[in-house]
Amino acid sequence: MALLDVSHLTMHYTTKMGDVHAVDDVSFKVDVGQALGLVGESGCGKTSVAMSLMKLLPDNARILAGKIVFEGLDLVPLPEEKVRKIRWKGISMVFQAAMNSLNPVYRVGDQIIEAIQQHLPLSIEEARAKVAKLYTLVEMDPKLMDRYPHEYSGGMKQRAIIAMALACDPKLIIADEPTTALDVIVQDRILHRIDEIRKELNMAMMYISHDIAVIAEVSDVIGVMYAGRLVEFADTVTIFKRPVHPYTIALMSAFPSIKGEKRPLVHLPGEPPDLLNPPQGCRFHPRCQYATTICREQVPPYQELESGHYVACWNPQREGGANARA
Amino acid sequence: MTDRTTYKFEPLWKIRLRLFVRSFRKNWGLFWESRIGPLGLFIILGFVLFMAAHPILMSTVWDPRVYDPIMGFDPKLVGQHPAPPSWAHPLGTDPIGRDILSQLMWSTRSEFALGITSAVITVTIGTLIGSICAYFGGLIDMFFMRLADLVMLFPFIALLIVMQSIIPMDLLKLALIMGGLGGFGSITIVLKSQALTVKVKPYIEAAKVAGGGSFHIIRNHIIPNILPISFLYMMFNVTSAIFSEAALSFFGLLDIRMSWGIMLNTAQDAGYLGAFGYYWWLWAPPGAAITLLCFAFYLVGRGLDEIVNPRLRKR
Amino acid sequence: MPGRELVRVEGLTKYFPVKKRLFFSRTRSFIHAVEDVTFTVQKGEIFGLVGESGCGKTTTGKLLVKLYEPTRGSIHLGGQDVVQIRRGDRLREFRRRVQMIFQDPYESLNPRMTIFDIVAEPLAVQGVRSLAEREQRVADLLSKVGLTPPETFMFRYPHELSGGQRQRVAIARAMVVNPEFVAADEPTSMLDVSIRAGVMKLLLELREVLNVSYLYITHDLAVARYMCDRLAVMYLGKVVEIGPAEGVIQEPLHPYTRALIAAVPVPDPTYKREPVEIKGDVSAPIDPPSYCRFLPRCPIGDATCKGLPHPSLKEVRAGHFVACHKL
Repeated sequence: MALLDVSHLTMHYTTKMGDVHAVDDVSFKVDVGQALGLVGESGCGKTSVAMSLMKLLPDNARILAGKIVFEGLDLVPLPEEKVRKIRWKGISMVFQAAMNSLNPVYRVGDQIIEAIQQHLPLSIEEARAKVAKLYTLVEMDPKLMDRYPHEYSGGMKQRAIIAMALACDPKLIIADEPTTALDVIVQDRILHRIDEIRKELNMAMMYISHDIAVIAEVSDVIGVMYAGRLVEFADTVTIFKRPVHPYTIALMSAFPSIKGEKRPLVHLPGEPPDLLNPPQGCRFHPRCQYATTICREQVPPYQELESGHYVACWNPQREGGANARA
Repeated sequence: MTDRTTYKFEPLWKIRLRLFVRSFRKNWGLFWESRIGPLGLFIILGFVLFMAAHPILMSTVWDPRVYDPIMGFDPKLVGQHPAPPSWAHPLGTDPIGRDILSQLMWSTRSEFALGITSAVITVTIGTLIGSICAYFGGLIDMFFMRLADLVMLFPFIALLIVMQSIIPMDLLKLALIMGGLGGFGSITIVLKSQALTVKVKPYIEAAKVAGGGSFHIIRNHIIPNILPISFLYMMFNVTSAIFSEAALSFFGLLDIRMSWGIMLNTAQDAGYLGAFGYYWWLWAPPGAAITLLCFAFYLVGRGLDEIVNPRLRKR
Repeated sequence: MPGRELVRVEGLTKYFPVKKRLFFSRTRSFIHAVEDVTFTVQKGEIFGLVGESGCGKTTTGKLLVKLYEPTRGSIHLGGQDVVQIRRGDRLREFRRRVQMIFQDPYESLNPRMTIFDIVAEPLAVQGVRSLAEREQRVADLLSKVGLTPPETFMFRYPHELSGGQRQRVAIARAMVVNPEFVAADEPTSMLDVSIRAGVMKLLLELREVLNVSYLYITHDLAVARYMCDRLAVMYLGKVVEIGPAEGVIQEPLHPYTRALIAAVPVPDPTYKREPVEIKGDVSAPIDPPSYCRFLPRCPIGDATCKGLPHPSLKEVRAGHFVACHKL
């Protein structure tokens, strides 16, 4: 049984101007110890998916359909008190720009202790000892526990946030853009360390990022999202070497790389659609060079193309289209 | 330059007008939604009508010898002044025989003039000085900030008393003094801090790179971006101007002929304010007028707050 | 394509005082944001300035457009020293020849100005009095940057445009005075990934169409490889390596550059990166030591390096310079 089984998740925000179709009919699985990378541009719904999994949605958001089955238990109908028990202990999260959400007037260690004590029945001394162990785990000097956030560098703050997420030994960690604000050398170290920790503790991870290079390095399987829909899902090598959805192909070609042949970047014309009024049929069709009549009229079903490789497209480009990476 | 197609444009002023109307409509919508804003505006409108009614009444129904707010006297009620409200005098008469309602209406005009003039002067000075201090910093900034400290500690009342003995005070001069002193005071500090938030934005650097000098940047970038806040504070300044005048008049520190404060002062001097319940028509109308008008401007200010401080951050 | 020298920077240095709390303290600390930087940009070239945050690349860019005045050093534009220019016609002439594109498309446009006003501002300041001419030139630029038809964009406000469109407006603003040299400070780092390619292509096109040279500042080495002809790698205010972009990236010589290249993630899951050899964390460039600033983190530095002053750039291969005692 998969650790996390999401099926047909649909979540909309209600606003003055109408319903924002943030997440539509998204299904995927994460196994124990597996790393899933969720990739897509801003506004594609990847953060909304994460917030739905944690059921940390604002008042105007509603899960309209679907199931989120974590360790056999469906989280969608669960009331808040029961969800709170699972949060942090079962699934924990490193939010986007979380390093900026450390309270500047409290010591960092104290903030982590507070988080621990809310979920585990530990005394202060026990909690402190745990924090010290966590600091060592993320390669920081435990003495830094008693310093304030402004005394930490960006990389250190991020490590502290990761320590906080690990505090209750969760089975799954969702990391939303964990290294976006960091310099490349620090990013490299932290990504490596997270990967090592994950393998040591046999923890599952869900990486969310717009940077496909980072996703390529840390994920076992990748889901590509566009305009609230999951358009392609496969293991990492397949996504990069044999993408079939036109958006995935375009995305791969839109990133410059320091290795490999230097070739012109593919420019995807247009903009991601407004989710208040998404296009009919396939949401990508206005920007797709392979769009046909059916693409404009009907939503393509999310189907298994070959073992473990899913795609939602009427015209999957098996040859990788005209612009695939070699 | 390679050959280019010639583009046709409407006259610029037309476009700008259209844009202005569109943005005004949008802001009006927001103002309307705040609900307290329109309420304040409605009250102010009421006062404007009230003010406009006076000359009409004076030239039609009311006999100027009786109803003139300053020189009038009702001989029919001799010995009964201050007389309670009656059909002839809807709000009664004051201790020296003048009609209260007439006084109230007549003073409305000068209250408006005083409040708005003083507020406009204050905010203009505050905007200019605040922008200059924020942009240049250094000695200029230090000078004006210390000046602001001085002004805030200033014995305003003492100054007025002294000035009174030198030149006869009227509402216009009072407006100028209050406006000037207010302008160099705390509002400068507030607007300067706003201007500072603008100064550090990248578009200011972009303007410098485009070649803009200090004057250009202050006039075209900093001031337009703090103008909404200035306008907002202007509303609150009207409130404080009217209220200050009323208080000063009440204490007899101003030697002007007629205002709501003077009405209270007249009642006080004649000794009628001791008995609260009796002679209510001497203090309730001017008191209510002051409170209501100040409150109305405050509400408008709060309504403007909704526009000026958008909750939604547009990105 | 690269021909004559357009910009020459020599010994460029910028210190910022660290504000001390004591009002009358004698000793002051300085942040050595940029120290003794030397490079040239050829006409028609895209010269990259790469490095991590705090390395001084943005400060260098701002020095080149005269947003800051240098503490020391010289900047030559087309043979003329421009450091001495402070005001008047000469400054205005400089501002016509040198422009800048800023990083943040949301904050580098005044939200209260229409697109026309924003793009026309440099023209207005340069003294183009005729409104008709300003309108024509702005419309011309807007269509060159891909905002067509220009009439529909001219009188909108920035908040009505997307991030990519706003950045195109910023580019139009920089190009409207026909500059010779444009400093682009991370122009795509705040844009969505599928939009970046379009903006990068636009910048390359404009180089051909308008004959502009760029200083391209970025922390993203993959982007630098794509965009730049030559580049310089900066660390703690100093240039540690300069050379042809492809050469520096494929065969980095300086240990810092090697670590930087090794750390960049590659969008290919089958590629195994080399280990990143570097110690410790970046420090702030406050009162740095006189010896090599990279020494505390360097995998190959030793006691001899400590005894020597900070290394100067030496040509190790054709056109490829490195500042290291060990090479």
